[in-house]
Amino acid sequence: MSPLDVDALAALVPDGALVAMPPDNSLTPGAMARALVRAGKRGLRLVGVPVSGYCADLLIGAGCVASVQTSGVSLGEAGFAPRFSAALAAGRITVTDATCPAMHTMLQAAEKGVPFMPLRGIIGSDILAHRPDWKVIDNPFADGGDPIVLLPALQPEIGLFHAQLVDPDGNVYVGRRRECATIAHASRRVLVTVERTTDRNLLEDEMLSAGTVSGTYVEAVAIAERGAWPVALLEEYGFDSAHFAEYARLARTEEGFQTYLQRYVFNTASAKVAAE
Amino acid sequence: MIALEERMAAALARLIRDPAAPPARHIAVGAASPIPAAACWLVKKTSADVRLSLLHKRSGNPFTEGTRELFDLTGQGRIDLFFLGGGQIDGQANINLIGTGDWPGRKVRFPGSFGSAFMYMMTPRTILFREEHSPRVFVPRVDIISAPGVSAPGVFRRGTAQALVTGKCVFSFDPARARFTLASVHPGETAASIRAATGFDYDEPAEVAFTPDPTEAELALLRGPIRDEMLETYPEFCNRVWHRSAEGRAA
Repeated sequence: MSPLDVDALAALVPDGALVAMPPDNSLTPGAMARALVRAGKRGLRLVGVPVSGYCADLLIGAGCVASVQTSGVSLGEAGFAPRFSAALAAGRITVTDATCPAMHTMLQAAEKGVPFMPLRGIIGSDILAHRPDWKVIDNPFADGGDPIVLLPALQPEIGLFHAQLVDPDGNVYVGRRRECATIAHASRRVLVTVERTTDRNLLEDEMLSAGTVSGTYVEAVAIAERGAWPVALLEEYGFDSAHFAEYARLARTEEGFQTYLQRYVFNTASAKVAAE
Repeated sequence: MIALEERMAAALARLIRDPAAPPARHIAVGAASPIPAAACWLVKKTSADVRLSLLHKRSGNPFTEGTRELFDLTGQGRIDLFFLGGGQIDGQANINLIGTGDWPGRKVRFPGSFGSAFMYMMTPRTILFREEHSPRVFVPRVDIISAPGVSAPGVFRRGTAQALVTGKCVFSFDPARARFTLASVHPGETAASIRAATGFDYDEPAEVAFTPDPTEAELALLRGPIRDEMLETYPEFCNRVWHRSAEGRAA
């Protein structure tokens, strides 16, 4: 598998696609989100695994998004996600609320190829009342009187995340961030940005194989150095909280958000400097 | 001089240790919770047999199956205690993390429910924590229920709120009556000042106790080893409360 550049990878995402991404404490595809903005994608339907952050807010602000299904959208310590809030208030996007273990469970059902899976809890939450696709049944293995929620399988069309390494067979290293493995297993097509290539086969190394996603699942890879930025990448580089604070400040207004896009998304040279 | 944060951490630690409550052998703490985290460290540093799982921290985070492992553990009943907050909390301990106004938060949108709709019901006990104590937070009825305070008979549920700790007081919660009782007020507050700042109705004893000061030993732990443990995850909190920056210098 020969790596592409990140803009070529972004071109593989069709408008309107159902796109799954990990949150801001995992292998966040920051460079890919910026490439999707540059590509002018429209109508994306985002899936937060299990929550959403920087990438979702950026794509929403840039007008790339029609809807979000997630358990939460926030910038963590930097506060609420400003472009998400503004777009929701203006009616430009719809949000389908969930709860974290429900997102995982729906994706696990897709991993297994079964139509649904049960999950405890949730009964009595208003989330359930607004999810006609979630059903409550009586546990068929009990003697009655045990209601339980059934969740449908959720198969994203596209799974996106950033990995540390790719080997010649397209195997990618995600370490213990196994929600990225869930994304890879559940999604129909998986597009991965990576820090760098390695010549050794990751699946032949007992120390690395358990943290590796098999190339079986991966359609295409692009090299994106510091591609998780402004989010951390495993032990390689830390979380850029100063940049998150700058984003949160600028994205409070539409004008400030446009400044952010010009500075860090359309001007790839200045973004590269900032990421380093 | 005892900081309010230190007093709240000590109050939370007393609730964690409460011998009448189900045992807290494994506690999980989220990223946005420095005061509950400090309380858990107080318990951990004074009792060997508690396991702390610090979510969103590279060291101290035991999970190797991704973020779903916390929920799988909780589903099995292996997490004993969790902390939850809310943009709104009402007198029946319902919490709202979605927003105010009509669904899905047409007036003010909050980030979302995260794991609350599951964790609140599957954990043997939850301590509710919200520093801002005002009528806009503590409302008669939440606009949207992210997670219910109590459940109908027959709905599987391991536990409920044990208590609600705020910047002004501690409430205990009785799930049978779905009602809070004022347990203690922090110094500077009175039964009347709590009533004025609280939008929901609750019970109060004839004589209201003050929330005790942290002990000298607790303060020494908080200001030394616990501060050092917390620097990596909560640098701004450590700097604000203990004037300590991540570089290890007094700021």
